[in-house]
Amino acid sequence: MSDTGLPLTIIGGYLGAGKTTLVNTLLRNAQEQRLAVLVNEFGSLPIDADLIEAQDGDLVTLAGGCVCCSYGDDLMFALTKIRNMDPAPDHILLEASGVALPGAIASSISLFGDDIRVHGVVTLVDAETLPDLLSDTYISDTITRQLKSADLVILTKTDLAPPEKTSLSRELVGRHAPSASVLESKVDGIARILLLDDVSVDRASDLDIAPHKIPLVTNTLSMTETVDADAFAKTLASDPNVVRAKGHMVQADGNRVTLQLVGGRYSITNAPKTAQSGIVVISKSA
Amino acid sequence: MITVFSARKILTMNPQRPVTSHVAIRDGIILGTGTLDEFEGWGPYTLDDRFADKVLMPGMVEGHCHLQEGALWSHTYVGFFDRMSPEGEMQAGCKTVDEMLAKLAAAEARLEDPDAALPAWSLDPIYFDNQKITRGQLDAISSTRPIGIMHASGHIMNVNTKALELAGLLRTGINHEGVPLGSDGLPTGELRGPDVMSPVSIHVGFDRDMLSCDEPGMWRFGKLCIRAGVTTATDLAARLPEEAVETLLRVTGNTNFPARIVPLRFHHGVSPEDLIAHVEALAPQSTDKLRLGRIKIVVDGSIQGFTARLRAPGYYNGSPNGLWYIPPEHLAYILETSLRKGIQVHTHTNGDEATQLVLDTMARVLRKAPSLNHRFTLQHCQLADTAQFRQMKELGLCVNLFANHHFYWGDQHYDLTVGPERAERMNAAGTAAREGVPFAIHSDAPITPLGPLFTAWCAMNRQTATGRTLGEAEKITLDQALRAITLGAAYTLHLDNEVGSIETGKRADFAVLEDDPEEKGVEQLNETRVWGTVLGGTVFAASDV
Ligand SMILES: [Zn+2]
Ligand SMILES: [Zn+2]
Repeated sequence: MSDTGLPLTIIGGYLGAGKTTLVNTLLRNAQEQRLAVLVNEFGSLPIDADLIEAQDGDLVTLAGGCVCCSYGDDLMFALTKIRNMDPAPDHILLEASGVALPGAIASSISLFGDDIRVHGVVTLVDAETLPDLLSDTYISDTITRQLKSADLVILTKTDLAPPEKTSLSRELVGRHAPSASVLESKVDGIARILLLDDVSVDRASDLDIAPHKIPLVTNTLSMTETVDADAFAKTLASDPNVVRAKGHMVQADGNRVTLQLVGGRYSITNAPKTAQSGIVVISKSA
Repeated sequence: MITVFSARKILTMNPQRPVTSHVAIRDGIILGTGTLDEFEGWGPYTLDDRFADKVLMPGMVEGHCHLQEGALWSHTYVGFFDRMSPEGEMQAGCKTVDEMLAKLAAAEARLEDPDAALPAWSLDPIYFDNQKITRGQLDAISSTRPIGIMHASGHIMNVNTKALELAGLLRTGINHEGVPLGSDGLPTGELRGPDVMSPVSIHVGFDRDMLSCDEPGMWRFGKLCIRAGVTTATDLAARLPEEAVETLLRVTGNTNFPARIVPLRFHHGVSPEDLIAHVEALAPQSTDKLRLGRIKIVVDGSIQGFTARLRAPGYYNGSPNGLWYIPPEHLAYILETSLRKGIQVHTHTNGDEATQLVLDTMARVLRKAPSLNHRFTLQHCQLADTAQFRQMKELGLCVNLFANHHFYWGDQHYDLTVGPERAERMNAAGTAAREGVPFAIHSDAPITPLGPLFTAWCAMNRQTATGRTLGEAEKITLDQALRAITLGAAYTLHLDNEVGSIETGKRADFAVLEDDPEEKGVEQLNETRVWGTVLGGTVFAASDV
């Protein structure tokens, strides 16, 4: 456990799933948070330049890493740079390329130890195209691996896809990402869930998160008793309905800690001195 | 002003006059080859007989290498094989771990700045029975300065304790397959895979953008070209930001720079639309010695790194399939748009699935944008089977095969990565020749040393470092090999109208040899000694650089 640890969210998924829209929405809703954005592929939809400027130009562009003469990996170089940024950003968003494997990226980032923590792997899938992608000769295993490594899968464009495609996609996600939390939503709703960081515990309960199909419930746990933080987090993480949680609690030894949870992944770090106990939990109302 | 060079023999690669004794040049262009009286009509000339006892052949064309080879020579070479430095010093290979450590210690002793890093390159532990190097061994050389040794494959690095410390990796609890741990729970200092190497490599003296090359590196690269008989060389994965283009223009613009450079713009880091716009903007800046406006797409990874995309039955040792480095939609967009605009594209595909994706995509986009002479080229294309070569032929594709790979890593491919049968068919130059696919062969320097005559030897003999012959049926003949390293490679770059053979109207680019490649023959071609080169009529002697 450490005091700091830059939180990093990996946003994965194939072309057209809505990754860039999500990044733009996150930037727009970041308010006082300083977001550093890493993009390792440039699709037809550009990252909104105005938004980036508002974020102090912390957009780092990446090349794809290993070529035949693979002497370097731009992602790791970029993260090394961000780690040393002064002032440090509050959160790093990594928009993975459409063919990148978020699980492999998360594993690489673990090398930064306590300095940068993967806070969640969010894989976006387009409800309309998923069935075709999963039967594509060249791409299917990449999509499967993207789903498998997700903490949170977001099924997008369910409002545009024919209902039978959506239900097929829903079933496919369940098969390929059995342990991930799954949400169906427009990206703006998701952005607010992921950005819980800048939302104080008190305000969070008022959040009007408007999901698409499955209603979400926000609960604030007051955490007035001391707890075994790890056991507590494990319970939340193994609950398939819990999508996101954040907040502070006090352990039996008197240490105050911060919990960050996205889908099945969580981290516990030392809490800032001024942190007040209380944890916001967003879950699907099953 | 006309100069006539006389030579012991001129191998022209022009079937109309295959062997001659004289070549006349004016303003960097060949007037003709033949006898002195045949040149009479051109007017007065100066006879230059400094090559009277030498053999001339067309300046060789390296169709797949990287300028980075020049940059790496500022670091300590610790490879197993003897390798000629740009300055012409034959650096003895390190035949044991102790020899390697001794060479590092000597390099360390020469460093004055106590904090300076000690970077070294081209270590290949397969030749030391895969003996592991530990950080303790490197700490004995220095515990205060960071030390890093890049392996020859480019996929693994060994570092000392100081380097781990600087990168924040000297701690317990690391759980990553690329970071082996010792009995103390700390990393051993071996780092596997580019993602693991990168955070450490910047501390040991390997720059951030390893694909780029600085000005001194370019000059060193130029010297290597002279020693190898190369007059045209690609820089096959360049990002080409404005500063880099300025450097390239300035250095190649110097009359003392001895090579034509053909940089291909690497597809990553920009949107497909911006990539096209970038190369369109670059193309008009081309000069005689700097040819801009081409694209390189990297489709998959490498076979020995298990990141290449293979079709069934996949990797011999059961490793999961590799990675795509570009989504198929982007590949299709770049190929189609380039066909429409007449931009040339080379694609890196190592695995046969990656090759098949390019073939399928080309078949589709060629229907939308028919093109007669695109000469799009599959680079490496190491695992292609015969049916794929037939498709290349049908689609008008060229191929540039990684012939040197057999010698250095053929045994590993046989034993571990793809198994015996596919190891034998790798880099199937024989099939390319039989199926009529225009082909070249390459070194991928700095992965293996720049030297087309050695590359030709590899393609003719298909011998591995342990002496195994890999794929008898894929050997090519001396004529085919010599063509591959001249006209063959020139063809893949749309430059065969200018270079690649010695004939009237073409550029006066020659390799000047002490020995006759035809006398050396298939078995000894790699021993052919290079005197130097002539580029556009300017003479470059290896002994001068
Ligand atoms: Zn390559
Ligand atoms: Zn290369």
